[in-house]
Amino acid sequence: MLPEAAHQHHVPGLAHHFDNLEQQAEATTLGMWVFLVTEVLFFGGLFMVYTVYRNWYPDAFAAASHSLDITLGTINTAVLITSSLTMALAVHAAQLGQRKLLMLFLVATMALGAVFLGIKSVEYYQKFVEHHVPGAGFNFEEPQYAVHAQIFFSLYFVMTGLHALHMIIGFGIMTFMLWWAWRGTITAEYYSPIEIAGLYWHFVDIVWIFLFPLLYLLGRHAH
Amino acid sequence: MPSSTVLIPPRHYLNDGYGIKSWLLTRDHKRIALLYLASVTFFFFVGGAMAVLIRLDLATPAGDLVTDETYNKLFTMHGVMMVFFFLIPAIPSVLGNFLVPIMIGAKDLAFPKLNLFSWYIFVIGGLFTLYALVTGGVDTGWTFYTPFSTVSSTTNVIPTALGIFITGFSSILTGLNFIVTIHRMRAPGMTWFRMPLFLWSTYATSLINVLGTPVIAITVLLVAAERVFHFGFFDPRLGGDPVLFQHMFWFYSHPAVYIMVLPAMGVISELVAAGCRKPVFGYPFVAFASLAIAVLGFLVWGHHMFVAGESVYSAMIFSILSFLVAIPSAVKVFNWTATMYKGAVSWDTAMLYAYGFIGLFTIGGLTGLFLAAIGLDVHVTDTYFIVAHFHYIMVGGTIMGYLGGLHYWWPKISGRLYNEALAKLSAGIIFIGFNLTFFPQFVVGYLGMPRRYHAYPPDFQVLNVLSSAGASILGVGYLLPMFYLMWSLRYGRLAGSNPWGSVGLEWTTTSPPPTENFTETPVVTWEAYDYRAPVEGHVA
Amino acid sequence: MGSGTPLFPEAASTMASRVDNLYFFLLALAAFFSILIAGLIVYYAVKYHRRTPDQVGAPIHGGMALEIGWTVIPLLITMVIFVWGASVYYAMARPPDETLNVYVVGKQWMWKFQHLDGQREINELHVPVGRAVKLITTSEDVIHDFFVPAFRIKADVVPGRYINIWFHATKPGRYRLFCAEYCGTRHSGMTGEVIVMEPSEYQAWLSGGAAEGSLASAGAKLFQDLACNTCHRPDAQGRGPVLDGLFGKTVQLQNGETVTVDEAYVRESILHPTAQVTSGFQPIMPTFQGLVTEEQLLELVEYVKSLAARSETPAARPATGAPAPGEATPVKR
Repeated sequence: MLPEAAHQHHVPGLAHHFDNLEQQAEATTLGMWVFLVTEVLFFGGLFMVYTVYRNWYPDAFAAASHSLDITLGTINTAVLITSSLTMALAVHAAQLGQRKLLMLFLVATMALGAVFLGIKSVEYYQKFVEHHVPGAGFNFEEPQYAVHAQIFFSLYFVMTGLHALHMIIGFGIMTFMLWWAWRGTITAEYYSPIEIAGLYWHFVDIVWIFLFPLLYLLGRHAH
Repeated sequence: MPSSTVLIPPRHYLNDGYGIKSWLLTRDHKRIALLYLASVTFFFFVGGAMAVLIRLDLATPAGDLVTDETYNKLFTMHGVMMVFFFLIPAIPSVLGNFLVPIMIGAKDLAFPKLNLFSWYIFVIGGLFTLYALVTGGVDTGWTFYTPFSTVSSTTNVIPTALGIFITGFSSILTGLNFIVTIHRMRAPGMTWFRMPLFLWSTYATSLINVLGTPVIAITVLLVAAERVFHFGFFDPRLGGDPVLFQHMFWFYSHPAVYIMVLPAMGVISELVAAGCRKPVFGYPFVAFASLAIAVLGFLVWGHHMFVAGESVYSAMIFSILSFLVAIPSAVKVFNWTATMYKGAVSWDTAMLYAYGFIGLFTIGGLTGLFLAAIGLDVHVTDTYFIVAHFHYIMVGGTIMGYLGGLHYWWPKISGRLYNEALAKLSAGIIFIGFNLTFFPQFVVGYLGMPRRYHAYPPDFQVLNVLSSAGASILGVGYLLPMFYLMWSLRYGRLAGSNPWGSVGLEWTTTSPPPTENFTETPVVTWEAYDYRAPVEGHVA
Repeated sequence: MGSGTPLFPEAASTMASRVDNLYFFLLALAAFFSILIAGLIVYYAVKYHRRTPDQVGAPIHGGMALEIGWTVIPLLITMVIFVWGASVYYAMARPPDETLNVYVVGKQWMWKFQHLDGQREINELHVPVGRAVKLITTSEDVIHDFFVPAFRIKADVVPGRYINIWFHATKPGRYRLFCAEYCGTRHSGMTGEVIVMEPSEYQAWLSGGAAEGSLASAGAKLFQDLACNTCHRPDAQGRGPVLDGLFGKTVQLQNGETVTVDEAYVRESILHPTAQVTSGFQPIMPTFQGLVTEEQLLELVEYVKSLAARSETPAARPATGAPAPGEATPVKR
């Protein structure tokens, strides 16, 4: 055993390969930021495809965008932004060691996330009923735009689908955080897991902030 | 600097826990490195078997060994296996995983569990791709050009695409682990400019891994989605653009070639310093050259598309940037060569691989200049000239660097020395076999033999036969190390902590190292490659 | 086959010697630096070979002059290569004004050639020596690549677009044509020949050609069969723009942009008519995608081209009375 470890009492939450909690917190936070950069590149590739086609077929894209439910989209945007607020409040509660408040805000964040996913399902169902799902049953009301509108909807489903998948993963992460909070693992000395989970959640929110205008607000002023 | 007189410590990472569970659930970066060693070696030989069949078929002009369909699947799988499952992971995941914590004086990487998880992801992705292989194969070429891959091919495109998608996360997470480790876990006194150059290369490689791999991830995902749902992003009949795929694919795949070669360059820096027992000439220039290659490497993807229909002006911009990215590589070659001046030059196996790398990488890199010149690229692109160019870099470069590093650090990893005469013989066989295989391909490429051709005009046969003969020699050269390295594990002489008399933190700990790497956290007060003091502990 | 030596390809076009000269320069450069580096390595390895087990090397850390030298000199050399390579490429990318045009359609796994006079060839292309020939290429299915090593020319053949490639053959002969972009099972079988003939022989070959009419006349018939003429009337009374005198001019689109009416625009207008609608007209033209083959598209394009020479009618006035399209300016093709 390492001579140092012999007289090192077990610091709760400190992994053995780190020297102290501060180094661990800095490392894990940096790790999450690097991971978020990879996510930016991942969604970025998709956004680039969208940008190219939107530039080539602006009228078809505007027509297709107009068929999305802007009310539901706006509500969802408000829901997600609020969930980022509750997440930030959760981090704050964790920093102050307020366990019950932390759990409350985590649950609120998850609830808002669930509302988002629920509304998204309703929108997907709407698209299915309107025959806007790409594939054999696709039918667009303005036939001169049909071919390129199908590209819009393909991108719509891939982009919002990947975003929803990330939200579901975020859900899983929050469940873990909730469990740790309940168990007392999170204290005023050791709360970096909540901070890092918060970073991830905020990122998923930011992706939506980009998705919403790109998909829902095209050519709105003209119609 | 301190060196242990104990030849082999009683307790080290290899005997710290026995049984398959202690390996499959390990968090020790050194054991994970060996898990990767086993996996990448396996995939290397799968890809190598494909190469043997390809060269066998190409010994005759008519495609008479296998059918057209089989041949197309062979070169596709050869490329997929070699690129994604060997060249990209090998040096970072085997040598990098083993050495990064030790070289900076840490106990492990920043995220050991994530490291193990990365290995599992790698293996699962590999299994997906193997599944695709054994249930019929895939015939799109490793480049998956659309619309052939999305609309026309009738083979296992989707499992292969998913296998690559999954394995990509292994690269991303490993890169993330290295970046955080190098930033946050250096030992006291280990400043950035005291780090061995292998760490600078690993860091630059990790930047590319982290920034580039997500783009190939979304690209293969879109290809798979298009095959399943018929979306039309890349299908002109549905309003899509097949060339858009090429932009997305090469945006990653060009930096990917730097993922493949930068780690090897890092190994060479270590080998040259140790082999000459002096600092690498121009250390800061070599360090910054690694970063420059990583950055510039992201700006040149369009040089794969000079004849694909991109505009004249795009082509010119990509051409000039491609020339710029060659400069830092040239700087490195000159610095390594200058390091040998007034060195105490060793002729050990590892050094032979380093010399081989420098020479062959120079040739491969110079032929890259041929390709950056657009007017010339028009004639040679999509021919065997390109095949020869990238094999000079990937095989003459990366694989020689990998083998050199494996030999150099083998005593540290295993505690044993291998048979030096056999090792030198293998290095020589590999060098000769390699050149015989790939040099004729430059000639037949300029003559006009296109790549991915199953059958070819009879007047190209002589050059193809030379190439196939070389391949058989090369194959023998690759098999030999398997045997003598395995043999050394049991019967090799004990190495001691510093058999080569090198300077570096890894040589201050035992061979094999203890699980925690060091008995005391090192405090670094010396510059990298400080050979001024007489070298202790060297076993001649 | 060609008379090239087994180690170097024949040179049979005006571009070939330019490409080869660049190649030889680069060969010399590569040989010089390879031998220099290899030589230095061997020399140093021998001269400074380690004599005793404990020997260390001289503690030399670097030299600024050398670093600058071997950064700047390669930079200058590479810039020279860039300019040279770019100028060769620019010449390849700019066909001369006067060219003999042939349409090429690549499909798995054959090459189809359409001469303007109506001859069709499969996997063989007859052209005259000493004249610039421009190939207007497209693919019916996946990406192919048109490669003639003896001419040193190559270009991808992409579905959904026209890509031009040109050459000026300098000696009669038969030159190999390869597909150089992997396209599936019989990729290595998608080969052919370009047969370069003396002008008199070429004329003889042309006149012995197919009895079918020219591409343009086939296009005229198709124009009627598909009822294009009901909307595109020469008297500006139709619902679509007048096509007489239109090819080669610039027109203004609905979104304010201007576009040149070239082969690609005509093809796009037939397949995706609502993508680029001429200003002042409604997006009501139906699409003909799936109703016409690539060859038929070529015939229609050639037909519209042939209308360019017709009388300079006043700018078309659409039925809705909206402002006329912007004044046309002839554009060099």
